[in-house]
Amino acid sequence: MIEKDFNTSYKPSWCPGCGNFGIFIALKNALVELNIKPENVLLVAGVGCSGNGVNFLKAYGWHSLHGRALPTAVGAKLANKDLTVIVMAGDGDGYGEGMAHFIHAVRGNTNITYITHDNQLYALTTGQAAPTTDKGTQTKSTPGGLIEEKANPITLALSSGGSFVARGFSGDATHLKELLKKAILHQGFSLVDVFQPCVTFNKVNTFKYFFDRLYNLDKKEGYTTNDVLAAYKEAMVWGDKIAYGLFYEDKRPSYDKYLPQLNGPALVKRPMKVRNIEQLLKEFA
Amino acid sequence: MENKKNNLTWKIGGEAGFGIKSAGMMFGKIFMRAGYEVFDYTEYPSIIRGGHNTYQLLVDTRPVNSINKKIDILVALNQNTIEQNFSELNVGGVLIYDSDKAKILPAKLAKAQITGLGIPLTTLAKEAGGEVMRNVMSLGASLALIGQSLDIANKIVKENFSRKGEVVVTNNIKALKIGFDFVTANFKGQFMCQLLTRPANNNILITANEALALGAVAGGLNFYAAYPMTPSSTILHYLAKIADKTGIVVKHAEDEISVANMALGASHVGARAMIGTSGGGFSLMTETLGLVGLTETPLVMVDVQRPGPATGLPTWTEQGDLQFMLHAAQGDFPRIIMAPGDATEAYQMGHQALNWADMYQLPVIILSDKLIAEGNTTIPKFDTKNIKINRGKILTVEQLRKIKEYRRYKVVPDGISPRTLPGMANGFFIANSDEHDPYGFSNEDSQNRIEQVDKRYRKLEQFAKTMSQPLVYGNPKAKKTVVFWGSNKGVILDSYVNLPDKIKSKLRIMQYQYLWPFPAEFTKHILNNSKEILLIENNSNAQLGNLIAQETGIVIKNKLLKYDGRPFFREDIISALKNF
Repeated sequence: MIEKDFNTSYKPSWCPGCGNFGIFIALKNALVELNIKPENVLLVAGVGCSGNGVNFLKAYGWHSLHGRALPTAVGAKLANKDLTVIVMAGDGDGYGEGMAHFIHAVRGNTNITYITHDNQLYALTTGQAAPTTDKGTQTKSTPGGLIEEKANPITLALSSGGSFVARGFSGDATHLKELLKKAILHQGFSLVDVFQPCVTFNKVNTFKYFFDRLYNLDKKEGYTTNDVLAAYKEAMVWGDKIAYGLFYEDKRPSYDKYLPQLNGPALVKRPMKVRNIEQLLKEFA
Repeated sequence: MENKKNNLTWKIGGEAGFGIKSAGMMFGKIFMRAGYEVFDYTEYPSIIRGGHNTYQLLVDTRPVNSINKKIDILVALNQNTIEQNFSELNVGGVLIYDSDKAKILPAKLAKAQITGLGIPLTTLAKEAGGEVMRNVMSLGASLALIGQSLDIANKIVKENFSRKGEVVVTNNIKALKIGFDFVTANFKGQFMCQLLTRPANNNILITANEALALGAVAGGLNFYAAYPMTPSSTILHYLAKIADKTGIVVKHAEDEISVANMALGASHVGARAMIGTSGGGFSLMTETLGLVGLTETPLVMVDVQRPGPATGLPTWTEQGDLQFMLHAAQGDFPRIIMAPGDATEAYQMGHQALNWADMYQLPVIILSDKLIAEGNTTIPKFDTKNIKINRGKILTVEQLRKIKEYRRYKVVPDGISPRTLPGMANGFFIANSDEHDPYGFSNEDSQNRIEQVDKRYRKLEQFAKTMSQPLVYGNPKAKKTVVFWGSNKGVILDSYVNLPDKIKSKLRIMQYQYLWPFPAEFTKHILNNSKEILLIENNSNAQLGNLIAQETGIVIKNKLLKYDGRPFFREDIISALKNF
C-alpha cells in the first residue's frame, strides 16, 4: 500500500499552503505505515475547511453536522470495533459547537482518534473568532477584540480523564505522522490537537509563529508521559514557548471493554435474527 | 354475593415516596393473574418526595384500555387524598383510609352515600414491621372488600419483594393478611361491588414503552441511545436492564444531540438503531433528523409525547407533537410517521419501524404518548411468529466485486440505492451532510440537486404503495364518522362498546395508525361519504384536523379537544358520542 491508495478523484479545495495539507499527508502515511486498508477506515469529519477534507481521502467517509462528528464516531466504533475510526474536526467545530461532545467523548474513552485542525479561528466562514483564538484578537465578529479567555483543549482533555493527549504541528509532518500512528494504535480515546495555520485569515498564528515558539516534548529531557501534573504544567505554557508532542498517556480500558455484550465479534458482524423473547416476557406475566 | 359487576375502578393516593405506584402495580398484577383485564393510569407531579400521587386501576371482565373519571374504591393514605379525590367516588363506593393519618365526617360520607372504612394502617403496619407497608396492607384490605382471596396476592408480593430479602417478603405477606383480616372482621358484607369471575388466561401486563422496546428487541435492534426524559425514560431503563443478555448496546449519552448522532453512526456501519425521547429532546434531535434524511441512513426515532411547549407538564399526557414531527428540520426530505394506539400496536410498530427504516433508508418516527407509554394494560402475550427481518438493499462483498464503479446514491427508479457498509472493499462512499453526487462527493450542481431530491422522494412513493390505510371500526357504512389517532383508541373503543346498539349502529370510527405519508385518497373517500364528522384529539390545535385539511381540503368543524394534561375519560367520550 502507498500514500496514493488514499487519494480520491476529488481536487482539494483548500488554499495553497493551507496547514490542512500537512495533516492529510501525515495521516495517509500513518495509515500506510500501519498497513490499514482504506476500506477499514471510517473518517468522520465535522463541518469546516477540515471537514471538506472528507472528499479528498479515500476511505469510508461521514461528513457530519457542525460539531457532531464525535458522537457519530463513538456510535460507529461501538457498533463495529473492527473499523479504524478517525475523527477530523476544526477548532471552531470541535471546541465551539462540539465542546460538550468533546468532554464526554474524552470521559467515555471509546477507542477512536480525534484529530483537531486547530487554526485558532473559523476559516470556512471567513475568519471569525474561535474558542482557541487568543484573548484580545480582533476578527470580523470581534472588532473590539475577543473578550473571552481562550480554551485549552489539552488541559480540558487532561481534566476529563483523557487517556491519550497530544499536540501536533502541521509544519512538522514527520513528527505528526509518528504521533498519529501512536494515537491510532492507542486503545482508547486519543486527542491530537494539531496547530494548522490558516494562511488566508490568520495573520498572527502563522507557520513562522509556531516555528519560533514550539519545543518538542518528546525530546525534552526527563519528561515522562505518565505524569498528569507534569502534563498540565507543560500544557499551560503559552507565550514565547509552546510545547507540542505527547503530553500524557495511560492504559485505562476503553469504553467497550466494560460491555460484556461486546465480547466476541463486532456487533454488526453477528447474524441478525428474530430474537426469542419468551424469557423476557416472564416478568410481565 | 349479589350484584356482581363486570368492572370496578380502584384508586390509591398519597405522597410520592409512599409506594403508591408499586402497590398499584402489584394490585394490577393480582387481577391479571386472576384472569381479569386491567388498565392503569397514574398522576404524579415532577418531584421525588411529597406532592400528590395517585394510581388508578380499572379492572374489567372484558378487554380494557381506558379509565373512568368516577371510581368505586378510594384508598387514602393521607388526608390530602380525601380532599383531592373523594368527589370522584361513585354512589355506593367505598373509602378506605388510614384512620391514624386522616379523618372524614360521617355526615359527608352519608351525604355522598359512600361507605367509609377507617383502618389504623400506620399502627398496624408498624406492628407488622414498618410504616412503609401501609400500601401493601391496604391491598389486603381492598382484596377482602372485593371478595378475592389472598392466594395470588401472596405470590405477587413475594415476587415483588424477593430481591429485598426474606424478612421484607415475610413482613409484607403479614401486612397483606392483617389488612385482609381487618376488613373481614370489621366490615364484611358492607361492600356490594364484587366482580364476576373470569378464567385465567395467557395475558401479560405491560406498558406501550415496554411493548415498543420488546417489539424492537424481537426485530433485531442492537443499538439504542437515549437521554432520560419523562415519559420516554422507561424504554431506556428497560433496554438498559436487558442489554447484556440480549446483546444490545444501550448508551445513555450526554444530550439528545449526541444520542441521535451516535445512533446514526452505529446505523451507518450496519447496526439496527433506535433512539427515544419526548418532545423537548426531539427538538435537540431535529438537526440530526435532517441529516438522516440527506444521508439516507436508517434510523427509528421515538417521541413519547408530553404536554409542551418547553418543559411543559413533564409527567402528564398530550398529543401535541404531530405537526412538529411532520415539519421538524429544515428542507424537504421524506420521513415515515406512525402512532400506536395501544401497547399491542406499539409492539408491532417496534419491529415494523426497524424494517421500514432499513428498506426505505429514511427516518421512521414513532409517536406515542404518556397515557399508553406509562399505562399498564393486559394484552395477550406477544409472539414473534409474524416478525421477519428485512434489512433492505445492502450489497454483499460478492455483489460489490462485480460492480465496476459503486455509487451509493445512484439515481434509480424506486429511489432506493443499494447501501454498502464500512469495511467492504470497493464500496467506498461519503455519507455527506452536504448535498452530494451519486458517489457522495459534495456537489452544488443544479441538475444533480434536482435528481437527488427527487430520488429521495421516490422512496416515499414506494412506501406509500404498500402502507396500511386507516382502520375503520363500527358500522363501515355509517354516515357519522369519528376520527382520531394514537392513544385515544382505548377510550374511544371502550366507550363505543358500552353505547346502546341504536347509537352504535350509526357510528363508524376511523383510526390513523400511519400518519405520513398521508392516506389522502382513503380519507377523502370516507369523509366525503360522511354526513357528520367528529374529530377527537388530545391537543388544543386539532393537529390531525389541520393535516387532513392540508391534504384533502376537508375541514372538520366538530371537534372534541382536550389539553389539560389529562387523557379523555370514558365519561367524556360517552357523552360526546351520545350527543353526536
